[in-house]
Amino acid sequence: MPVEVRLPTVLRSAAGGSASVTAEGATIGEVLQNLVAAYPAMAGQVLTDEGALHRFVNVYLNDDDVRYLEQLDTKVSEGDTVSILPAVAGG
Amino acid sequence: MALVQSVLDLIGNTPMVEVSQLSPNPRVRIVVKLEGQNPGGSVKDRIALAMVEQAEKEGVLEPGATIMEPSSGNTGIGLAMVARVKGYRLKVVLPSNVSVERRQLLEVWGAEIIESPGSEGSNGAVRMANGLHQEHPEWVYLYQYANEANPGAHYEGTGPEIWRDCPEVTHFVAGLGTSGTLLGVGRFLKERNPDVQVWAVEPPAGEMVDGLRNLDDGYIPPIFSQLHGAELLDRKTMIGPRESIEWTRRLAEVGVFAGISSGAAMAGAARCARAIDSGVVVIVAADGGWKYLSTGAWTDDLDVVVERAKRTIYF
Repeated sequence: MPVEVRLPTVLRSAAGGSASVTAEGATIGEVLQNLVAAYPAMAGQVLTDEGALHRFVNVYLNDDDVRYLEQLDTKVSEGDTVSILPAVAGG
Repeated sequence: MALVQSVLDLIGNTPMVEVSQLSPNPRVRIVVKLEGQNPGGSVKDRIALAMVEQAEKEGVLEPGATIMEPSSGNTGIGLAMVARVKGYRLKVVLPSNVSVERRQLLEVWGAEIIESPGSEGSNGAVRMANGLHQEHPEWVYLYQYANEANPGAHYEGTGPEIWRDCPEVTHFVAGLGTSGTLLGVGRFLKERNPDVQVWAVEPPAGEMVDGLRNLDDGYIPPIFSQLHGAELLDRKTMIGPRESIEWTRRLAEVGVFAGISSGAAMAGAARCARAIDSGVVVIVAADGGWKYLSTGAWTDDLDVVVERAKRTIYF
């Protein structure tokens, strides 16, 4: 099913400037793979060549970081929002 | 302790206050540790003192030395106070778009401000400081993001204080930042009671200030990786600027005047309270509200404040 994927500023140019796009998938991993397939300029920025989550990317399912849920196997349901955020410093 | 010999003796031992009237779940209590009560006004006084004392012990900090540090505000302010008392010079690499009160406080204690581009955010300040460290090896670089005295101050201070004052704690919620608070307090509490859950709150950086050209510019504090932060945290939840400001205002309604990151932590506590059946959630309010008065966070129209938050570094 399609879910909304919110993009950080640095990925928007790869999606024609959109702040938000839709992508299909039953898990976070599928959604991200389909996202990269639809917007190949994102290749290597979201997922590594081995298909793992990029080190400096935090992916949220609604409000929760998927690294503390089931990672890429986290299930996605209709109406969910997936947000991609860059890792930044604070302090 | 009514009379002390130095303002530095007043760091730590902050009070905790119950704000359960704000809890969305009647079976969940919420308790706030008021780090704004530190003499420099924030939780960062603890790590400023710990990092300086560690460097003194190791012999890297000699009388009259110059310290240089990147900070979006509070660490710089804490260091400025400690450096002034102990007779060191301080240069703070500060993003240009922090609230005006942060600069003013640095000036109060005589710190020199080196401005980094606001559009590059905190990552930009860290990058610039790393470069300056190469050019000026004579400046002492404490580097809070990689300094184990940072989580150490919380393992030895903040954590034991929470355990002493509120041993019934079931959940600990704090902002991520350098990750020092979460790593130190989280580890201490889990050692005492392995059932304690540790939640990180991540306020997304304002879109204008994430400072990234591409995602490879991202940044993970070295202490977070070295101390296995990902294994320590049980959950990480995202709190946007609107929710942060709404909860900052709610805290004020019960008399707690705290900074905007405290609102984010409080929003995280409320989310936690909704997700569990019963328990006691402890949050850290990193600073008081004083440094944010110029932002209009309590008084201006909410939409206006939220819009402004996207361009300013509050955390």
